[in-house]
Amino acid sequence: MTTLVYLIPVALLLGALGLSGFLWALRSGQYEDLDGAAERILIDRDDKPES
Amino acid sequence: MSCCAPGAEMALDMGSTTSVLPSSQEIKLASRSLGDDLRQTDLSVPSVHCAACIQTIETALGKLDRVESARVNLSTKRVSVRWRGDEVPPFVAALGRLGYQAHLFAPEAEEKDRTLSELIRAVAVAGFAAGNIMLLSVSVWSGAEGATRDLFHWVSALIAIPALAFAGGIFFRSAWNALRHGRMNMDVPIAVGVALAYAMSLYETINHGDHAYFDASVSLLFFLLIGRTLDHVMRERARTAVKGLSQLAARGAMVLRGDGARDYLPVGEIEPGMLLLIAAGERIPVDGKIIQGASDLDCSLVSGESTPRNVAPGGLVQAGVLNLTGSLTIEATAAAKESFLAQMVRLMEAAEGGQAHYRRIADRVSAFYAPVVHLTAFVTFLGWMAATGDWHRAITIAIAVLIITCPCALGLAVPIVQVVAARRLFENGIMVKDGSAMERLATIDTAVFDKTGTLTLGQPRLVNATSIDPAMLAIAADMAAHSRHPFSKAIAGFAAAGGQHKFDAVTEHPGFGIEATVAGSIWRLGRRGWAGWKARTGGEGKHGYGGTVLTKDGIIVATFDFEDALRADARAATERLNDAGVSVEMLSGDTAGACGEVAEMLNIDRFVPALLPSGKVECIEALAKSGHKVLMVGDGLNDTPALSAAHVSIAPATAADIGRNAADFVFLRESLLAVPLALDVSRRAGRLIRQNIAIAIVYNAVAVPIAILGNVTPLIAAIAMSASSLLVIGNALRLQGFAPTEVTRAPSATRSGIRASVQPS
Repeated sequence: MTTLVYLIPVALLLGALGLSGFLWALRSGQYEDLDGAAERILIDRDDKPES
Repeated sequence: MSCCAPGAEMALDMGSTTSVLPSSQEIKLASRSLGDDLRQTDLSVPSVHCAACIQTIETALGKLDRVESARVNLSTKRVSVRWRGDEVPPFVAALGRLGYQAHLFAPEAEEKDRTLSELIRAVAVAGFAAGNIMLLSVSVWSGAEGATRDLFHWVSALIAIPALAFAGGIFFRSAWNALRHGRMNMDVPIAVGVALAYAMSLYETINHGDHAYFDASVSLLFFLLIGRTLDHVMRERARTAVKGLSQLAARGAMVLRGDGARDYLPVGEIEPGMLLLIAAGERIPVDGKIIQGASDLDCSLVSGESTPRNVAPGGLVQAGVLNLTGSLTIEATAAAKESFLAQMVRLMEAAEGGQAHYRRIADRVSAFYAPVVHLTAFVTFLGWMAATGDWHRAITIAIAVLIITCPCALGLAVPIVQVVAARRLFENGIMVKDGSAMERLATIDTAVFDKTGTLTLGQPRLVNATSIDPAMLAIAADMAAHSRHPFSKAIAGFAAAGGQHKFDAVTEHPGFGIEATVAGSIWRLGRRGWAGWKARTGGEGKHGYGGTVLTKDGIIVATFDFEDALRADARAATERLNDAGVSVEMLSGDTAGACGEVAEMLNIDRFVPALLPSGKVECIEALAKSGHKVLMVGDGLNDTPALSAAHVSIAPATAADIGRNAADFVFLRESLLAVPLALDVSRRAGRLIRQNIAIAIVYNAVAVPIAILGNVTPLIAAIAMSASSLLVIGNALRLQGFAPTEVTRAPSATRSGIRASVQPS
């Protein structure tokens, strides 16, 4: 049972991490143009990787 | 615009409407300063719809001088451009060259949607809390005991606090608002249930009890918030799409000062007595009197008249009228707030009738549901008190009753169906302002249509093309291409395939017609008295409509008859409405003759012509008094008061701004079949909502007796509540599965039809 002492905080911490990640993404405007984000992946950028 | 096929999701046939590009002064007025010499302009570009569009626009605008950055938002179909300096970079023209028409929209509309981000954050917090608490609860259900169980309960209680405070706040505030005004809504039983469940669980935890309902109270919030957020997203999407349509009211005008200086002033600063310059193609911003110039005015949005009105100095003009052919100098006779438009707003506010008294199904159900639930819980408490005398046990069971009856399914029953229905309509180019509009639409028994711009396109169509000498028609068409008068546009559509005629000179005489010289002879296309009066053949004068003629050196060689083209599928739409048991009527500001023709073509028995805006409202109020539920479909400024007087209203996207804002539904495509489709979907949604409410009630009928007998454990509560919610959601999704009755998008059938028939000649 002593494992619970650190397992519960770890579980909560991971959950809180996900939550704060979501809130950050929301605040930085990443959910403002969902349709656009889906289409933008098709755009070829000029910046090609150096080979 | 390489890949972008017209007719995509929301592509409006803007080319056909007499829309006007915003001038650079207008753009400057509408932009907002970001400080540091940087300004941002947001443009609505309805035809953006794919990755290639995004790239084309962003690279083209980014290359312009002084443009800092350009960013396309595909969801809202907008482009925001950041630029520096005093001069506005020519981005509207650049967009035009790429084939995208851009419109400005009111800057005050550019407000961030706070409610949505609050809702999404609430969903996130509630989801986090519900997930973690459920994890701990499962451990308790699977046998954790003693100190471990207490620890789990304590951790759950701790996690639930932020969820309740943050996510629950939305429901607590709404419930408190309702109670304070002596009303009852669905949030009251939710708030009471959640709060009591938490309080009891906390008490149990402190006293090392077996059962805690933290999971129930938080996952309830989670489910309900999801429904609420979806509902909000749907409505917001419709609202921004409607807002993004072209700005039809003028936002400023060129003012001529006494010393000859010219200033561009916003509409709000124009005062009576100022002289305004109105170029051809601009909308008149305030009521005024013409000082100089002659022109034709398109009054269709203001009065419903389909034929352009010819004006000369001394004539009076109303705000909102479109100046078609010549430039005018007018003296403002009223400030914007006293202009025709503002009068319509006042009339509209006075007419606010049908919608205001409507109570939504959810509110009606909860007004009945909440007292019953609370009474049941109270009676349970009294019963157990009387039976056992154990007050702790009596309270526990009473609260369990409240938790199990907490209207999770009921709270989802209505919004989830409406979200699915709104999505169906959105896919067919119909915007719904809010859910109650669909409930109201489902109940109508009478549909009232405006004529000009609604049943018809508000654009004239040449009807006697086949009886005109093809050679003459071709000459007329080439001349007409030089004018933006609606009649000219109709004739210009008949241009012969084999190249243009060579004219030595072409001049437009505003208010009269077009004059061209070819090889020494003078050709005139325009009104009969001006162009010429001597007929070559005896065929003149048998048609009374407009009297537009083509003359060669003063001798009439062809006459042209026009009628207002019917909107695509107008006939089919009225027939389908009749089939659905809705009687169709027509109210118009146009003449009795013009109305009679349209009514005959569409088989409409009842119509009232020559109505003033207040007359339309009276007609609708008379119908409402005799017990009818009236749907108003209209587009003009003069229809706006009637739109808000009716039980529910629909406007085409080409309607005046204020009309679009007043209407409950806005359809973006040309076909009038949108009206029966909206009715159909609304009625189906109404049926599903009633089914869902029935499911929720059946669930309660089964679960409540178990709770009253004291057999409910947190596990049973969790299973029962999730099951009923899933059932309700599943039922709502059936709306997607109904046989689709798509609005066939015949791309402007009338116009292309004409062109096709002309080709052989």
